[in-house]
Amino acid sequence: MLLTITTTHQPATDLGYLLHKNPERLQTTELSFGSAHVVYPEANHESCTMALLVEVDPVDLVRHRRGPTGGESSLGQYVNDRPYAASSHLAAAINKLFSTALSGRCKERPELVDAVMPLEVWLPALPVRGGSDLVHRLFDPLGYDVVATPIALDAMFPSWGASAYQDVRLGITTRLRDLLEQLLVLIPVLDDAKHYWVGPDEIERLLRRGGDWLGAHPEREFIATRYLRHDRDLTSQALERLLEVEDIEQIEGTNDNAEEAVERDLSLNEMRIAEVVGTIKASGARRVLDLGCGSAKLMQVLLAETSADKVVGLDVSHRSLAAGARRLHMDTMTPRQRERVDLLHGSLTYRDRRIEGFDAAAVVEVIEHLDPARLDSFERVVFAYAAPRMVIVTTPNVEYNGLFAGLEPGTMRHHDHRFEWTRAQFESWARAVATRHGYEVNFVGIGPLDPEAGAPTQMAVFRR
Amino acid sequence: MNIKIPELSLVVLVGASGSGKSSFAAKNFLGTEVLSSDVCRGLVSDDENNQAATADAFDILRYIAGKRLSVGRLTVVDATNVQPEARRTLIDLAKSHHVLAVAVVLNVPAEVCLERNALRPDRDFGPHVVRRQLDQLRRSLKGLRREGFHRVVTLDGIEEIEAATFTRERVWNDRRDDHGPFDIIGDVHGCFDELRILLNVLGYDVARDGSTASHPQGRRAVFLGDLVDRGPKTPAVLRLVMGMVREGAALCIPGNHEVKLLRALQGRQVATGHGLAESLEQLSREPPEFITELIGFLDGLIGHFVLDGGQLVVAHAGLPASMHGRQSGAVRAFALYGDTTGENDEFGLPIRYPWAEEYRGEATVVYGHTPVLEAVWINKTICLDTGCVFGGRLTALRYPERELVAVPALTVHYAPIRPLAAEKLTVDAPRESGELILSDVVGKRTIATTLARHVTIREENAIAALEVMSRWAIDPRWLIYLPPTMAPTATSKIEGLLEHPLEAFRAYSQAGVETVVCEEKHMGSRAVVVVCRDPAAAARRFSTDRPSLGVIYTRTGRPFFSDASDETAILQRVRSAVTSVGLWDELQTDWLVLDCELLPWSAKAKDLLRGQYAAVGAAATATLRAESAVLAAARARGVDVGDVLTTTNDRVEMVEGFVDAYRRYCWDVTTLDDLKLAPFQILAGEGETFARRDHRWHLEILSRLVAADETTFRLTRHLVVDLADEASLERGVTWWQDLTDAGGEGMVVKPVDVVRLGPKGLVQPGMKCRSREYLRIIYGPEYTAPHHLERLRSRNLGAKRSLALREFALGIEALDRFVGAAPLYKVHECVFGVLALESEPVDPRL
Repeated sequence: MLLTITTTHQPATDLGYLLHKNPERLQTTELSFGSAHVVYPEANHESCTMALLVEVDPVDLVRHRRGPTGGESSLGQYVNDRPYAASSHLAAAINKLFSTALSGRCKERPELVDAVMPLEVWLPALPVRGGSDLVHRLFDPLGYDVVATPIALDAMFPSWGASAYQDVRLGITTRLRDLLEQLLVLIPVLDDAKHYWVGPDEIERLLRRGGDWLGAHPEREFIATRYLRHDRDLTSQALERLLEVEDIEQIEGTNDNAEEAVERDLSLNEMRIAEVVGTIKASGARRVLDLGCGSAKLMQVLLAETSADKVVGLDVSHRSLAAGARRLHMDTMTPRQRERVDLLHGSLTYRDRRIEGFDAAAVVEVIEHLDPARLDSFERVVFAYAAPRMVIVTTPNVEYNGLFAGLEPGTMRHHDHRFEWTRAQFESWARAVATRHGYEVNFVGIGPLDPEAGAPTQMAVFRR
Repeated sequence: MNIKIPELSLVVLVGASGSGKSSFAAKNFLGTEVLSSDVCRGLVSDDENNQAATADAFDILRYIAGKRLSVGRLTVVDATNVQPEARRTLIDLAKSHHVLAVAVVLNVPAEVCLERNALRPDRDFGPHVVRRQLDQLRRSLKGLRREGFHRVVTLDGIEEIEAATFTRERVWNDRRDDHGPFDIIGDVHGCFDELRILLNVLGYDVARDGSTASHPQGRRAVFLGDLVDRGPKTPAVLRLVMGMVREGAALCIPGNHEVKLLRALQGRQVATGHGLAESLEQLSREPPEFITELIGFLDGLIGHFVLDGGQLVVAHAGLPASMHGRQSGAVRAFALYGDTTGENDEFGLPIRYPWAEEYRGEATVVYGHTPVLEAVWINKTICLDTGCVFGGRLTALRYPERELVAVPALTVHYAPIRPLAAEKLTVDAPRESGELILSDVVGKRTIATTLARHVTIREENAIAALEVMSRWAIDPRWLIYLPPTMAPTATSKIEGLLEHPLEAFRAYSQAGVETVVCEEKHMGSRAVVVVCRDPAAAARRFSTDRPSLGVIYTRTGRPFFSDASDETAILQRVRSAVTSVGLWDELQTDWLVLDCELLPWSAKAKDLLRGQYAAVGAAATATLRAESAVLAAARARGVDVGDVLTTTNDRVEMVEGFVDAYRRYCWDVTTLDDLKLAPFQILAGEGETFARRDHRWHLEILSRLVAADETTFRLTRHLVVDLADEASLERGVTWWQDLTDAGGEGMVVKPVDVVRLGPKGLVQPGMKCRSREYLRIIYGPEYTAPHHLERLRSRNLGAKRSLALREFALGIEALDRFVGAAPLYKVHECVFGVLALESEPVDPRL
């Protein structure tokens, strides 16, 4: 990766004193992840350019993985942008090579330290994740002239569009140390990844680097959040000890969340849970199943608000079940509480003896995650074999989607939804299922009722 | 005295402490057959005489006894068992495993017991204990038989005990040494004329007077019961069957109708519905000798038979695996009446539990009892009652050929109470054959395969696979195969290269392979194509509900196309090509599974390309060109840049090579004509897994397919190399060189036999040998830099090779099982196993 800094302050070669690097020599420094060269392609009275070239060892990157994997691009791959894109590696190199300048010292020309001078920065491949205007959002408020040019993914395939990298030139008149500090903070923020473990001292670091300018920056929260971004696993490990499960899901962005974001204004999930729990309660069911229980939100309410002797949750995701066990505090339950509840790893497309003999089963927002071709299996597993006396199935009513502000027309509420049905589609499926397996079925809408579109969630209650 | 006991039984020794039970057991039984309460006391308390540990000791004794009985091992309980409640739990245990309990009483005078105990310092419980035990024993003696023991043997005194010997007898239903061949015939219900026709069709000579029949090749008929009632000629059917059984030309088991008829003939009160009245009326015209003989015949019928080395079980209403060869009231009831829930349906008939759906036994179970429209295999079971008396058909199964032979009813002899198998008549009802059960796939599993003996699937891998299989995979009825992973060649030592053909040639040569085939490796996405001649063939062979020509799926079992109409369009083209080159008839099949690569890579891997490959190329090109310019400028003004500029220019070149490498496998797909399907193996068709044909055969046929439609297909070029011939080896190397110089991904070297067994077992089915440029996509743009390459040479191939063999064995096993008409769960466990193995941690670059 490459960074150049040019000044037209005169004499321009003072840049060499400020950076504490001789313009007439190529200087090479070994770094923990590779090496860095400083070289001056230009050094005269009018203009002087320092180039910092950082080499990351790609083999070492894979074989001795240090730090978390960054964003979506896995550091565990040999085909990796880390050796090329401006990243926290570049920030680390700046920090190491220009520590003198950063700390505001300059032995030969002490007066230069606080001199304001015209500076120009070039980053030929700066990763910009989260909107192509992000460079402007971050640098404009600090007074930079920004020229950011997106780099095409591949000139041979124009249809692939632009890459996440931009060729960025920044111009400003400021103190060199301020420029370096801002680059140190903002490059990893734009990249949205770090190559080292983010520990508690990272907050100190941010305060030290951003003390003067960050407080007034309109994007300060965004910058702080990204700069302090922890590795996801590390975060969840730490948070497990500190926070409630809901918070962990917020951070991990589990399945529930995207959909909840769409449906947020309605807190539809709570209304669904209330409706389902109310129906189960009214039925007097003693043994209750939550099929596709996820992280056991519904089970928590069932345990608290019904007098069921047994509440059993089943899910195909081992990870969700672990979150569910934490939510329900399974490992600290008394033996009597523990007897009331069970979490099972299983699948609704395989017949399962463990879920036979129940009074009621809730299948809340599950069927739309199954491929339509697998609904037959689901039907047999639940209605023919498990065959509880009551089955509650909820699913989105697609007619209502137009009323969600945040939802593009024609898209579904969640990226994993395989289908979303109209009321007529759901009802026709449910009636056919009921007929085949000897159930009676009726339908209830959940959530605010629209005269045209109906309710956002549709519920079928099967009884036999 | 010689004591006869059933081969499988629970032998309960009864005797006071000191009566010599342990020595008696040791002398007459295997050490492992004897469970001693004293030993169990020791196991739970470190003291064999600790009476306080008795309850726990008996818990584990019963537990072990239960495990032994469930797998069919004779078990002897060495405990005093003088109290009825102690014996009660043992009798219950025997019953719950459907085995007979035998009591052997060692009745020894008190003095002997006391004297023996006195010699044992650890038995210090005093004489009153022994006296009380003897007292309880004496009081028990009379009632033992009534307690539920099948046999009670009392040995009085030391001499009788010493002299006693045991003989183990086969139970009556055990006819494992009878290997057939058989013609198993479903419920006849008095349909004599149809039976006579069926026997003729099966090749039997039926006596003119209908009194017997025999087969010239010695085949024998097996009647599944319900010979009688409802039909017009019950006495004739009985006469014929009794004659055949008498002469050894047939076996017969009873049905519920025979049981009821017997009770009626014995003068007991029975309701005469369901056709019994007709039988009694017909029999009233028969002479009394016939009735006497009939009563003897019916009374002597045995509930079910285990035949052909345990591979075949016949029972009127079927039988679950845990009951095969067992004896108990419950076994007999199941065999006669099936698995009823106790509820009745709207027609007043008992609701039957579909036990066959859950059947996971190894033996084939053939039964009747429940009239069905069509005799279909469900998990190695088949019901042959096709409702002849109701106007259906009379069906026979030829065993071991497993061919069905049926003759239609001459008329409707009796109106059915409910329509034949009403539920199957509902057109849109999901099909029921071969339901998968969670326990078929989860937990730690060991799968027996022909090629690699046993393959173990670890629990955590099964957990991962369950999620993938449930959420993303296609319908398991279509998913009969998943392709195995493939190991690369050993790492080459040639400068600048990681992989070279000579390594593959050498490895195969060492494994004893004489000839290999080098196949062009296409860089696309793996696609398994299941194609059927027509939707009817698909429905028949893959039991699917929706009309379809087949499926195309990825290496993890997901649908290849998100748009079903694309899949259909490609399948239609494949089918047309298969039809036009005459493969359906040539291979005698109406379905085929093809292993293919679907090109271009960018069609399926666009996200990966854009997010990773092209992205890295874009960043690297921009950065390195800039670096090169900066360094050139510095040098131009006289700065000594050492070798950094040269190195950087080399890096620019390597990155350009990387971009060129991925670009070769990308092109825009606007119509289906832009997709290319490159088949390289014909995996299976009806009756054959083509893994036993060599690769030349596969490639020859596939080249004809390609020629038939060059828009859709792409040829897999190949070269056969004789490993003993230096010139041939050289040609192989040159061929690879030419392929890769032209931008090819490389090649796969395979033994010419698809399945090759060497002295050390299964030989790697293939080794990939990838091109130097292609590997930039795997090991990074700059991997060819000498200081990188040297480090990359150390790569561990062991895990990958082992995985490749296990997955290959499972894949072939899945196909073999499917071709052999194994139940769905047997196929699915192998496919699931491949997916689970794929979640094992292995270097993804290999």
